[in-house]
This record gives sequence, structure tokens and C-alpha cells, in this order.
Amino acid sequence: MAKLTLEELRKMREAGKKQIDTRQTHGKEIFVVIGMGTCGIAAGAKSVLNAFIAKLDEKGITDAVVKQTGCMGLCHSEPTVEIKMPGMPDTIYGKVDAALVDQLIDEHILGKKLVSGHIIDRPAGDIMK
Amino acid sequence: MAYKHYVLVCGGTGCESSKADDIFNNLKAEVANAGLENDVQVVKTGCFGFCEKGPIVKVLPEDAFYVEVKPEDAEEIVKETLVKGRIVKRLAYADESGKTSAIPEEIGFYQKQMRIVLRNCGLIDPEKIDEYIARDGYAALEKVLFEMTPDEVIEEMKISGLRGRGGAGFPTWMKWNFTKQVESDVKYIVCNADEGDPGAYMDRSTLEGDPHSILEAMAIAGYAVGAQQGFIYIRAEYPLAIKRLEIAMAQAREYGLLGQNILGSNFSFDIEIRLGAGAFVCGEETALLASIEGKRGMPTPKPPFPAVCGLWKKPTVINNVETWANVPVIITKGGKWFASIGTEKSSGTKVFALTGKIKNSGLVEVPMGTTLREIVYDIGGGIKGGKAFKAVQTGGPSGGVITAKMIDTPIDFDNLIAAGSMMGSGGMIVMDEDDCIIDVAKFYQEFCVEESCGKCSPCRIGTRKLYDILTKISEGKGTMQDLDQLKEIGEAMKRAALCGLGQTAPNPVLSSLHYFYDEYLEHIQDKKCRAGKCKKLITYTINDNCRGCTLCARKCPVNCISGEVRQKHTIDATKCIKCGECMKNCKFDAIEKK
Repeated sequence: MAKLTLEELRKMREAGKKQIDTRQTHGKEIFVVIGMGTCGIAAGAKSVLNAFIAKLDEKGITDAVVKQTGCMGLCHSEPTVEIKMPGMPDTIYGKVDAALVDQLIDEHILGKKLVSGHIIDRPAGDIMK
Repeated sequence: MAYKHYVLVCGGTGCESSKADDIFNNLKAEVANAGLENDVQVVKTGCFGFCEKGPIVKVLPEDAFYVEVKPEDAEEIVKETLVKGRIVKRLAYADESGKTSAIPEEIGFYQKQMRIVLRNCGLIDPEKIDEYIARDGYAALEKVLFEMTPDEVIEEMKISGLRGRGGAGFPTWMKWNFTKQVESDVKYIVCNADEGDPGAYMDRSTLEGDPHSILEAMAIAGYAVGAQQGFIYIRAEYPLAIKRLEIAMAQAREYGLLGQNILGSNFSFDIEIRLGAGAFVCGEETALLASIEGKRGMPTPKPPFPAVCGLWKKPTVINNVETWANVPVIITKGGKWFASIGTEKSSGTKVFALTGKIKNSGLVEVPMGTTLREIVYDIGGGIKGGKAFKAVQTGGPSGGVITAKMIDTPIDFDNLIAAGSMMGSGGMIVMDEDDCIIDVAKFYQEFCVEESCGKCSPCRIGTRKLYDILTKISEGKGTMQDLDQLKEIGEAMKRAALCGLGQTAPNPVLSSLHYFYDEYLEHIQDKKCRAGKCKKLITYTINDNCRGCTLCARKCPVNCISGEVRQKHTIDATKCIKCGECMKNCKFDAIEKK
């Protein structure tokens, strides 16, 4: 990758923003975002990540992407997972374990229902919007 | 088949105790009554963090936000919002001016938290520079390089009023300006990531979740003061943060956002990582710089300040991770915007690491001036297990206690100092009635004894003496004279110690002595520890509830419990090591601790 010029950086930023926007409204893909800070990993985020990859594969769900992110600050509820997908509100689930991964895939991703009892509100509004 | 609406009912403890369960059931019943089971899903969620206005009900995708909902309101919510698509104004949140709103964004700080430092944490993939760029990343660097002069950058920082988040709260623009004004062929930018306060981990989380924000900020400072080289000093016990920083640096170099001739602007800047071995004193800036130079991490007297004569005797800007993370936002959104957040003398937000006896431990970022009550009860969800709030230790081993009396004090740099504590790096350890204040002070003093570098005697000897006296008091051997000595030694350390570590080390002792004098008296005069933490002052006895089940005798690690089966047992106090195993295991509440 060659070094960026100013124009390229700006283009990239705009393109990236669009991508983030479409993902949030009418994108076609499912994003599973797992909190992988030290707190998340200590609480078992790695096995949650593996469980998601294995189960999505097992169920033949190919339009889902498993991604990682840092600590959201909800350390009391780690591991946390955010699911973003078309037709469903962006939802953060806390205290996720391998058993809950099954439920999230079956009920949230396939059944398009929220899974009660594990939903957490985003801790703050987005200042970058 | 997806639902058309989702109704979220807060299932936090606060809301549950005010009938969230009934609301949940009524909503479900009303949805069924209206024949909407296939269109509406009612679910319970975790705490919304707005407990004073609970119970809270949120309807998606309308984003209607209802406060102080009662079970009988369910019918109206279903009929109005779900059937007719109208907001129930009566239940919408009304702010102080009387303006009602049901849209969270318009409510302003309904969530109390505001994320500037943690803006990208938990949102972007920290190992992908493209995601950071898409969130306005490197837009601030672009702006300073092509639209601003170095003086304008410093002016913007001045307008913002940003003060150092490492603890002391020194105005950031002044540091930058000192360095800028010195004529020198080489200048350095340093990031202090030597986070060492017990209980504080916001810097680690920021580096792990948003490493590029630090790189961008350091490059901005480099441009402002005329430096081309930066160092990040981070402790080796943060392996994940180091890994993510390394990935971020490699990606930034690849894109030409670090290195020679950044974006074709003729400005060059690069960063290297230096690993620390985890000595607390290396968080002190002069000791940190000595450590980067490869010397033993010991502080040097100030002045000269690092801003003028720092790393390898060159002018050096040194700021802490959280301070850096604020910089790109200040540049893109403007100093004025930043100054409008927080209090007059402490602008912006502060990240606190909320730990201890708190229900929702974690990182919270709130505007300066938020009260301790809001942090502990609204965001933290209150004390674990319904115990009574005792105090909060802020600022770790350099800080002090804030008591229940001061729980409504707005938290900023100056108010905390006035209360005998300090912001420190922002660790907040919550204590309940089961915590002994002397035990806590002793813990911090022990930490300071171990972490004192030993260069100056007030710190080296002072911390040890304070620790010894606290130990004496906790063993019931304290005298009234000891209290005077604690004060005298503490005050002397404040004045005479060489660096911040020694100057602030007596703070936990002095502040606890000030606010919990009666507890010190109890330990000395009554030989009593009300929290039952000071082992030498407590005795375990067995009362008449004892059924003689022998469980305690079997669990006792030193075999000091004796008695026949089905007969009341006794504890030999001379052999007892007060481990509490008997009490923990007894099924009949027969063990008493006094």
C-alpha cells in the first residue's frame, strides 16, 4: 500500500462513513461485534468468539461477519456482544457464554427476536455522529 | 418474521424494585389484548442508567423513551404508541425547563455518560485503521497540517481548557507552549501509559480499544511544538495494549500517517514504544523520562520541568493517555465545544474506573461536575448486596476518601483537592460498611512503601513509619500519640518529598483520619474494629444455635474448634487465626464475630 495523499485519505474517510451508515440502516450483512478488551477476554470473550464462528458455520449462515472491538466500559457484564443486522435494532448483549451464543443465533439472528434478560443499553450517545 | 416494534423494559434492580415486573407483565397482556403478539416483542433489558426516573420503558424503532412508568400505564403505551404510533406525552421525560421529550437524543444527558475519550471504544475494530479513519480519524491531524499554524493549535488547546488527566490537572496547552517556546534542534513528545494506580485501567482500555487516537494526538502535538519523535512509555504487563499499539503504528506508517512527509505536508513524525517494568514511580514524569533514557527510574527535582529540559535534556511534552485521547476531538470539534462541557475550571469529561463494592463495575465517562451520587447510584447501580455506602477512595494511593456527606459534591479537579483527595488517574474504589478505613489506609500505605524509589528520605522513611503506626493501630496497640504522629509525619512528607509519589502518599491516611476520626478512636480506645477487618481485634465465638454438627471443626485449618457431636462446640481463641472459615461454613448462624 502506497502512502496516502490528502485526497486519498479524505476519499477513504467518506467511503468508510458510508459503509458504516449503510451497515446501520439497510445493509445486507449481519455484524457480530465482540468486546475483546482485557476485561472481555478475561471474562471469556475468546470462547464466545470461537463459539460464534463455529455455530455460524454449522448453521450455514454465510452473510454474518464476526468482528472484535475494545472495551465498552460495561466490565460488569463482560463478555459483551453487539449484533447489528437489517430489520433489527442494534442490540448489545451482556454476560454472553457459549450457551447464550446458540440462543442468540437461533432467536436473534435467525428468528429475529430479541433475547430477553441479557440486553444492555449503550452507555452513552455517539458524539461523532 | 421480524417484529415491527420492540418494547424494552428496564430490568435493573432499581427499576425492578419499583414494579418493573408488573409493567412487563401488563405490557405483554396489553399487547396480547390488542392482538399484536406477532408485531410486538416485549423484553427486559439491563439498567438504562437513569434510575432516579425509573422504571423506564423504551419503544424501538420509534426510540420513544418513557420515564416513571407505572404498571397501569401499560395500556396507554400499547394503545397510543404501538397501535396509533403516537408518543404518550404524559410519560415523556420533562427536563428542568419543563420541556418534554420522548426522544433520547433530545433528553440530553439521560444516560449521564458522555463519551469523548472512549468515543471509539467498543465501536471500532482497534486493529483496523480504516475503521478509525471512517470515524473522523486523522481528520484532526489533517486539519492542523493543512489549515492551522502551530500557534493556532496551541490557542485551540488553550480555549478548550483541557487539563492533564494523569492526576495533577496541569493545563495541557501550557505544557505545549513551554516546549514550543524553547529553541532546540530536537524536541520530544511522550505518552505516559504507565498506569499504576490500583483499580485504574482506563488508559489500558483506551489503548486497547482506540490506539490510533493516541498516535494522532501525539503527531498533532509534534506539529504544534516542533517535535519529530514520540515515545509511548507503557508497562510490559499490558501485552494486549502493546500489541494493538504496534499494529496501529505499522498501519499508520503504511498509510504515511506516521513517518516522513506525512500526507505530503513536509511534516515528519514517528513514534517508538518503550516498555516499563511496572514500577509505580515511573508514572512520575521525571522518573519516566529517566527510565526511557535507560537509567534507573527515579525522579529528579523540578524545575527544570520536562517541558523545557526533559528527555536527553531536550524539551519534552509529556501527557497521559487520557489527555492525548481528548486532543483529536478538540481539534475537529473546536476548543469552544470542549470548553462547554464540564465545569468552568475543569472542562470536558473524565473517565473513572468504578470498582469495589459496586454493582456495575466498569469504566464510566462523565462530564466534569457530575456528582458522586450520580456515578455510584445512577451509573454504578448502587452498592452490592444492598449494604450501606461508606466512602469512595479516589485517586488511588495518592488520593483520599470522599464520604457519604460529600456525595452530592460535583466532581472536578478543584473540588476533590478541597476535599483532601485528588483526581489522580480516576480510579474510584467504592467501600461499604464492611470495609475498615484503617485497613484501607494500611493497604495503600503498604503499596507506597513497596513503590517508593527510596531516593528521598521523607518518602522512604515516611511511608514506612506511617505503615508501622497503622499496623500498630490495627492490632489494638495504638495510642493517642500515634494519631498526632500520623498527622505530623504526613504533613512533613507533603512538604518535603521530592516527587508526587511521596508528596501524595500520606493522603489516604490524612483524609481517612480527618473524615473517620471516630473509627481510629474506636481502634485505639475500645480496641474494636466495627467492620471486623482488623484480625487482631476480633474474636470468633460459638453461640447457642450450635447443633454440634462438627462441620466447623472439620473446616478449621488450625484445629482450634473442639466439642462432642451434637454438643455445643467452642473455639480456642489463643489458637484461632481468624480466617473466618467456620463462620462461612456454619449452616445454623452459630458463629459470632465481635
